[in-house]
Amino acid sequence: MTGFGDFLREFGDSMTVKVTTTVNGKPVSGDVEPNTLLVHFVRENLGLTGTHVGCDTSQCGACTVHFDGRPIKACTILAVQAEGHQVVTIEGIGQPGNLHPMQAAFQENHGLQCGFCTPGMIMAGIGIAERNKGATLSEETIRAELEGNICRCTGYHNIVKSIAAGARDM
Amino acid sequence: MTVQTGIGARVRRKEDVRFITGRGRYTDDINRPGQLHAVFARSPHAHARIGSLDITKAEASPGVVAVLTGADLAADGIGPLPCGWLIHSRDGSPMKQPPHPALSQGTVRYVGEPYAVVIGETREAAQAGADLLDPDFEELPANVDTASAQGVAPIHDGIANNLCYDWTLGDEAATDAALASAAHVVELDIVNNRLIPNAIETRAALGDYDAGTDMLTLYTTSQNPHLARLVLSAFVGLAPEHKLRVVSPDVGGGFGSKIFIYSEETVCGWASKKLRRPVKWTADRSEAFLNDAHGRDHVTKARLALDAGGKFLGLKVSTVANLGAYMSTFSSSIPTYLYGTLLAGQYTTPAIFVEVRSVFTNTTPVDAYRGAGRPEATFLLERIVETAARELGMDPAELRRKNMIPKDAFPYATPVALVYDTGDYQACLDKALALSDYAGFPARRAAAKARGKLRGIGLSCYIEACGLAPSRLAGQLGAGVGLYESAEIRVNPTGNVTVFTGTHSHGQGHETTFAQVVSSRLGIGLDQIEVVHGDTSQGQFGLGTYGSRSLAVGGSALMKASDKIIAKGRKIAAYLLESKPEDIDFEDGVFRVRNTNKAKSFGEIAFAAYVPHHYPLEELEPGLQETAFYDPQNFTYPAGAYVCEVEVDPDTGVTRIVKFTAVDDFGQVINPMIVEGQVHGGIAQGIGQAMLEACRYDRESGQLLTGSMMDYAMPRADDLVNFDLDVVRTDCTHNPLGAKGCGEAGAIGSPPAVINAITDAIGVRTLDMPATPLKVWTALQAGSAAAKGS
Amino acid sequence: MYNFTYHRAGSVDAAAAKLAESGDAKLLAGGMTLLPTMKQRLAQPSDLIDLNEIAGLNGITVAGGTVTIGAMTRHADVAASAEVKQAIPALAKLAGLIGDPAVRNRGTIGGSIANNDPAADYPAAVVGLGATVVTNKREIAGDDFFTGMFETALDDGEIVTAVRFPVPQKAAYFKFPNPASRYAVVGVMVAKTAGGIRVAVTGAGPCVFRQPDMERALSGNFSADALSGISQKADGLNEDIHASAEYRASLVVVGAKRAVAEIA
Repeated sequence: MTGFGDFLREFGDSMTVKVTTTVNGKPVSGDVEPNTLLVHFVRENLGLTGTHVGCDTSQCGACTVHFDGRPIKACTILAVQAEGHQVVTIEGIGQPGNLHPMQAAFQENHGLQCGFCTPGMIMAGIGIAERNKGATLSEETIRAELEGNICRCTGYHNIVKSIAAGARDM
Repeated sequence: MTVQTGIGARVRRKEDVRFITGRGRYTDDINRPGQLHAVFARSPHAHARIGSLDITKAEASPGVVAVLTGADLAADGIGPLPCGWLIHSRDGSPMKQPPHPALSQGTVRYVGEPYAVVIGETREAAQAGADLLDPDFEELPANVDTASAQGVAPIHDGIANNLCYDWTLGDEAATDAALASAAHVVELDIVNNRLIPNAIETRAALGDYDAGTDMLTLYTTSQNPHLARLVLSAFVGLAPEHKLRVVSPDVGGGFGSKIFIYSEETVCGWASKKLRRPVKWTADRSEAFLNDAHGRDHVTKARLALDAGGKFLGLKVSTVANLGAYMSTFSSSIPTYLYGTLLAGQYTTPAIFVEVRSVFTNTTPVDAYRGAGRPEATFLLERIVETAARELGMDPAELRRKNMIPKDAFPYATPVALVYDTGDYQACLDKALALSDYAGFPARRAAAKARGKLRGIGLSCYIEACGLAPSRLAGQLGAGVGLYESAEIRVNPTGNVTVFTGTHSHGQGHETTFAQVVSSRLGIGLDQIEVVHGDTSQGQFGLGTYGSRSLAVGGSALMKASDKIIAKGRKIAAYLLESKPEDIDFEDGVFRVRNTNKAKSFGEIAFAAYVPHHYPLEELEPGLQETAFYDPQNFTYPAGAYVCEVEVDPDTGVTRIVKFTAVDDFGQVINPMIVEGQVHGGIAQGIGQAMLEACRYDRESGQLLTGSMMDYAMPRADDLVNFDLDVVRTDCTHNPLGAKGCGEAGAIGSPPAVINAITDAIGVRTLDMPATPLKVWTALQAGSAAAKGS
Repeated sequence: MYNFTYHRAGSVDAAAAKLAESGDAKLLAGGMTLLPTMKQRLAQPSDLIDLNEIAGLNGITVAGGTVTIGAMTRHADVAASAEVKQAIPALAKLAGLIGDPAVRNRGTIGGSIANNDPAADYPAAVVGLGATVVTNKREIAGDDFFTGMFETALDDGEIVTAVRFPVPQKAAYFKFPNPASRYAVVGVMVAKTAGGIRVAVTGAGPCVFRQPDMERALSGNFSADALSGISQKADGLNEDIHASAEYRASLVVVGAKRAVAEIA
């Protein structure tokens, strides 16, 4: 038998509970079931629809958000797991008129076409820039570290350029 | 101002801000109060009869609101999904078109075919209900194979040999004569691999019926919302056209797959009317793999006749094209008029004959996918030309040059029904050879060999036909719709402008490019122009975006509408300036009496038109708003030359592209930055087809083996390189912009360049796409085994 | 995804007790395989026991010729660790080849080896470097840990808490990724250790395995040439649309040669 206090949080199948976390620097809460994914919490409970779902197998990266400062795939983590953590979505890094350097670099270098993979690409791009801070960011490194983000429109040419430029400006 | 923002300027895209800040609005981002969720029950079998379907358990499942089947659909008079292009066989008989109900009615014919829909308060509730559907499937023999489809049991009653049509084009006798008299005949068997489009946004639909107004609003991921409305009202019977509003908001890529009218949007609209609540469906990626129309899938035998000097004398092509289990919206036209007509390529081949048998199989329907018919034609032609050069011991560039249509020969009528208006193919080739340092290749090959690598180079000189096409001609050839495009320019009283286009942008950047056209024409700033598309309640009828048509056809309509605005503006200005319209010049946004300084700005004219206190009301209506429809006189013919250089690791079979050069002729370019982006994306998809992407079905079970991105290899950043691009410019002679279209070129020109390079590197005659490491390694093993054996 | 009861464990003991008492419970580590599997409704656990908030299960220590990696240590942390790069660069490299950056920010070594996907990378490190798997109950030799496809020596209620890697004299890892999924079609870890040469192969077969012929050949002569006469039998190797058994067999030899060449 497990004793009281051994579990920090428990809730049952089909029960709805309130999850409280921090998204884009603000405390937020919402009712979820155990199987609610973070991406659905963000999109549906919080109405932050910039984070997209592009596949079912954690391959495409359209749902990339920052979790405690690191890019992760919001489709492969439960909403309840975000309790006590910091989540940042595309809406949290910059706004029209006050763009994050990586956002500005995507526009400047035509790093997007349909825009659907773009939020994930920008969030992944910031991760690439941060992981390689202080080092020279080669085209090869950017391409290798974009492995988890799929774009069907751009052929990546201008995405690679955008991330290189965004990293320089960060 | 026009220098920085007008035609030819690299303007940063106006639409980007919303996308880079997460404020794009895609169909799945839209939710309506009281909305229900649809989950489709899909066939697990490639071919089966549904003996009985018990829906009672599903209906009783908590949160399930309704379970609807094909029988309900039929009872409500919702008709089958039509194919909009009627092809005739060589004997004059019309194609055999089996009914394609939005929900299967008794028999399922491919894995993933929807046979029922469960509608619930939540998606989870609907899914739980769908799990309780227990159809009694009686499995039937299934065939997924293109080549053998004519020899197996019919999958549709009454369609013998699974043959939809047996279509021909060209002069068979002349071609046979050329083959008989030729010094050389090169024969090649070619498979064009089936592809799965995989736009990163999956398809979605949200039907929202207002019983008070009897208006059905359908939000959906469509490349052509007006066409969707027309088909859904006139053919499917969803609602009368004036009671149906189709909205395609931001759409996350299409590549053809979002042209077509599918089951799911039909069902969401119908169910919303039936249940009087909004009904939403968003595909998961697995559904996209199973159910979005696939592309390509040809099996071809081709013979090229050459004289002793290498001049092409004739080309005979026999193709079997896979249509899948049902005919998708434009599927019949792709392997015929968008394929056979392109087989002259850039060459003067005098006699060409093509026969195409399109067959039904137990696979997902096949329809247009980026390039649509033209990549298949180009791959065939550029592979056989390259093979001919090797067999004749000629430089592949020289053999091509020798056979190219000379630049002074335009307009040029091909033996396969097209008249090319303009081009300069030699210039493209020369530029591509220089940019790729073709001459320096032997040294690079030797250096690679010293490192244990096999280096190869491959060319491809493509032509395509875009901006289809004169409506009258299309009608004669069987098209069910016109192929014009529309534009409306609404000048607001304060002088800024709202532009409505019948095309749709799902990544192409029309909000910027079209604004540049209007800015150049009307002399007003880019920030004074708003381009609106994608809502049938806002803009006038239009045909949408596909076939690289938007600028060539839609942009031309915009030019016409601009001209009408200027013409009316001249009349207003003449009145205000006490002159005559023919004496008014219009330049840089100013109406001026010729050779005077009497002038009115565009804004002043707009204001006068809407506040007509001082205005020729007797002769002229107030307001400044014009609509134009433009029907093209001909196709446009973009062309180009691509060079691919690869290095193969013989131990692993891994091929790396080391250099990719593309020189394209798109005529006049509005925004070079956007055009380059289109070429990049097209090349990536072409390289994907050539090296990575293969849709595979299990031949026994008919199951899709590549049903997720875990198995279907999507091109990623590290599979590709930066592309070296350049342009040659010969303007289209028959549209007012001189523009030819650039959306598909990359996907058309690149696959043969890649395969020509790989086969050159490893010294084999043929290699089917995709040239995966496994295939390359296997080919090398076979080669070394053969070498050992000899 | 089917629903389940969620438990956020505060300790390994609590997690183990819950795991033992609920038959269809599963541990949630990084979730990089489990959650996609559940999303596709290919798994229906009754309970998920989340290990992510247990203090002390993650972290890297290098001491006394051993690299110890806590079970909940993320791949990204192993890949970026200066200590690991110093002590066993091949291990850092291997960790940096798993999945993609976002996956590496969540995926854990404990989750990876407990799942024992035949195409996972870590099993090649555990076996190839002669590691020891530490659980809440005992220590298991790397050679004994992986027992078959998706099967391990873990008992019911047993939880991996750490993996201890003895620092080899040299080691190198070769990976041939699946063009679609980027999992290992073949991964070969070659190590020169105090206990002799080890060659461990992942991806090629139903479970990671050692290649004794290569180990023998390299013991006499640690060079790529020593592998020239060695072949890998294709019998029993995996077959799929991306790689035949023969191709995998060939890649095992090529991979081993390249790994050796990197460090010989």
